[in-house]
Amino acid sequence: MIFHKINSEFYSGSIYGLAGSNGSGKSTLAQIIAGLLSPTSGKVIHKLDNQNLSIEKLHNHLGFVSPYLVLYDEFSAEENLIHFLKIRGMEIDSERIKSLLDDFSLYERRNDILKAYSSGMKQRIKFIFSLIHSPELLIFDEPTSNLDVKGKDKVYEIIEKESKSKLIIIASNEESDLALCKETLFMEEYK
Amino acid sequence: MKKVILRFVKKLFLWKNTNENYLFKYVRTDSNIKRRKVKAFYLFKKDWQSELRTRYAINALAMFILVTISVILFSIGQERVSEHLTGGLLWVVIFFSAMSGLSRAFVSEEDRGTTLTLHLIASPSTIFNGKLIFNVVLVYLMNIAIIVLYSLLFESFILQNIALFFLSALFGSFGIAVSSTIIAAIISKASAKGTLYPVLAFPILLPLILILLELTKFAIDGKSLESALVEIAVLICYDVIMLTASYLLFDFIWKD
Repeated sequence: MIFHKINSEFYSGSIYGLAGSNGSGKSTLAQIIAGLLSPTSGKVIHKLDNQNLSIEKLHNHLGFVSPYLVLYDEFSAEENLIHFLKIRGMEIDSERIKSLLDDFSLYERRNDILKAYSSGMKQRIKFIFSLIHSPELLIFDEPTSNLDVKGKDKVYEIIEKESKSKLIIIASNEESDLALCKETLFMEEYK
Repeated sequence: MKKVILRFVKKLFLWKNTNENYLFKYVRTDSNIKRRKVKAFYLFKKDWQSELRTRYAINALAMFILVTISVILFSIGQERVSEHLTGGLLWVVIFFSAMSGLSRAFVSEEDRGTTLTLHLIASPSTIFNGKLIFNVVLVYLMNIAIIVLYSLLFESFILQNIALFFLSALFGSFGIAVSSTIIAAIISKASAKGTLYPVLAFPILLPLILILLELTKFAIDGKSLESALVEIAVLICYDVIMLTASYLLFDFIWKD
């Protein structure tokens, strides 16, 4: 058993943190909230406009960034984003793609395949991937890993901007990441 | 009249962001969300473009086809082989070629670590449909190549009833694609994927291969389509059962 008696409610318009030592289950809890893992007992309820949102439909309302998220290396940044939007069944908004690539300083490298990207650039494209479809729920697991100071500042700026209307959950041990959070859930070893 | 029919169809299938009640909530609330089948097609397109760049499955399939047909040709040499045996060997080549290439639909995602990305961009049914379309296209292309090569290289492979063989290959290839897709999904999370795939596929594909062998024999003997109706019906039933079972199972396989 990883978790015991977790009962929390998260609301949009806020940033929540998940903190705890290595192996405490931050990432696992983040994945359970994102519907990527099923809990052995208990349940996670997602609500949108006061109506329950099924797991099958959650992917169009969820943005997720994590160290173990891998995009398609054989495609360029722009191709990846276009494929993701099309598979989600959404229209291609070239202006939004351009502005997000610009925000994360990747516009000039938009036609390069991801294989040629550095780990910091890959982290930035993951953020664009999580934001491109304007989801209502954003879950960031170790959001600033591999980022330089400029990249971190950009991420914090975007998180603050998005948090006005969206629910953001950050799983991290970085103090600067958790400083953005309104409330933080500390995960301790269960005895 | 045309307008009335169009309005009815629109009302029947579309669900808008209004309070009007339509019969089927077929399309999601946002106007920019397209139908599920279109999403599956885009997933197939992504996979196809990815395949053309990485040559993950195509190269394996092409090499396997060339090697197996060459080995059979060399081992036969100048000997005269019966038509029925040649027909049987054709399905052996098809079965093992399918084993070498069709698991890639899911295994490549798992190997590259992109499974999580797929989870985040599409529902399980879209993923299954997309992967199935990919495998169906790959199987048809693979079988066309095998049958053309086989007809050119094996003199004793003479079909008296081409229509019957065409029907068998059409439904048989679809059955191979469906079975291979769901087996690939099952084994993609296992550690010994290469071994597990043929082990699991053999009992599942055996009834299909047996029926196909029988139908190929009929086609070589020149039996009429009417005399092979039972076998054709069994073939179609196999396809339908595998397709239904796959849709029922896939959600559970994909989620955990």
